[in-house]
Amino acid sequence: MKKLELNDDQVKRYSRHILLPEVGGKGQRKLLEGRVLVIGAGGLGAPISFYLAAAGVGNIGLVDGDTVEVSNLQRQIIHFTHDIGKHKTDSAREKMEALNPDIKVTVHKTRVSSENILSIIADYDIVVDGSDNFPTRYLVNDACVLSGKPLSHGGIFRFDGQVTTIVPGKGPCYRCLFPEPPPPGLVPSCQEAGILGVVAGTIGVAQATEVLKLLIGIGDPLIGRLLVYNALEMKFRTVKVPKNPQCPVCGPHPTITELIDYEEFCSLRS
Amino acid sequence: MAQEQMKNLSADETPPFDETLNIRGEVCPYTFVRSKLKLEDMDEGQVLRVIVDYPPAIKNVPQSAANEGNEVIGIKQIEERAWEIYIRKREKK
Ligand SMILES: [Zn+2]
Repeated sequence: MKKLELNDDQVKRYSRHILLPEVGGKGQRKLLEGRVLVIGAGGLGAPISFYLAAAGVGNIGLVDGDTVEVSNLQRQIIHFTHDIGKHKTDSAREKMEALNPDIKVTVHKTRVSSENILSIIADYDIVVDGSDNFPTRYLVNDACVLSGKPLSHGGIFRFDGQVTTIVPGKGPCYRCLFPEPPPPGLVPSCQEAGILGVVAGTIGVAQATEVLKLLIGIGDPLIGRLLVYNALEMKFRTVKVPKNPQCPVCGPHPTITELIDYEEFCSLRS
Repeated sequence: MAQEQMKNLSADETPPFDETLNIRGEVCPYTFVRSKLKLEDMDEGQVLRVIVDYPPAIKNVPQSAANEGNEVIGIKQIEERAWEIYIRKREKK
C-alpha cells in the first residue's frame, strides 16, 4: 500500500498529535485514512463530528434527516443561528470543512432504517451512535453486530450520560446490557426531555476519544465497561458489563437475525 | 526524565550517518516534529543527521529524541548559528 506522506500544512496542523509518543506520524496517518460514520448530527453528533474533523479523520459520514431548529442550538454547537431550517448534515458539513479542509465529509440526508442501514455502514470502519431515540439505538447496535463493525454508544438524559464501546466478538453489545427497548410506558415522557446542553459535549467528546483510540490502536477502549456520568455530582463511574450468553443478537443462539424497526415512542425529537 | 548528557562533537568528528534532515529555518516544536517523522521512516540502528539553526532546538531535539528511546550520538556546531545533531534510531522497548 502506498504510504500517505504528510504535507507541510499537515505536519503543522497535526504537530500536537505527532508529538505524542503514542500517536506520532504513524497514528496521524491512521486517522487520515480512517472512515467513521456518525449517526445523528445533534447533541452528541455535533461534538463528535467536530472533534473528529479537527483530529483529521479523513472520511467522516453523517446521517441525519432533520433540519436545524432553534431549540437545538442550546447544545448542538456545530449549528449556528443562521442555520435554522437548513439540513443538519449540510450545516455540520460546512463547519467541519471550514475547520479542516483535509477531510472528506459524506452526508446521508435520511433516517436510518432496517432498509438502508447495512448499506450505509458498509463503507466505514467505525460507527458512532449519536442518536436520541431507542429505535435507532437498537437498530444501529444490531446492524453493527451483524456486520462486525465497532460501535461507540452514547446516551444522555437530563444531567446524566453514558458511554460504552462495542466491538463485536470482543465484548458485550448494547442488547447484552439492555436486551429490549423499554416499553413505551416506561420511556420518559416528552415533557421530561430536558437536557443540560453541556452534558452532550461531555459524552460526545468521550465517544470521539474512543473513536480516535480505536483508529490509532492505543489505550483501553470501553469494551465491556459502561462509563456513567452525572453532571450534578460531577462524577464519572465505570461499571463492568459482561457479555450476555443469552444475548438475542450477539449470543451463540441469536433470536434476532434480521433488523427490526421499533416504533417511535415520542415524536418530539428536537 | 533523566537529563541526558549530550556529547559535543569536535569540528573534525563526523559520525557515519544514513539520512540527513535539513530543517534550517524551522522552530520548536516543529524541529522535533520533523525529526520524529523522519526517524519513524528509518530502520532501527540507522543514524539521522539533523541540521538546525534555531538555538533552543539543540537542547530540545536531542532531549525529546532520547525520551522516545533513541540514542543521541552527539551535537556538532558547524557554523556560528548552525548545528548538526546525530541520532541513532532505537525503538522504545
Ligand atoms: Zn449482545
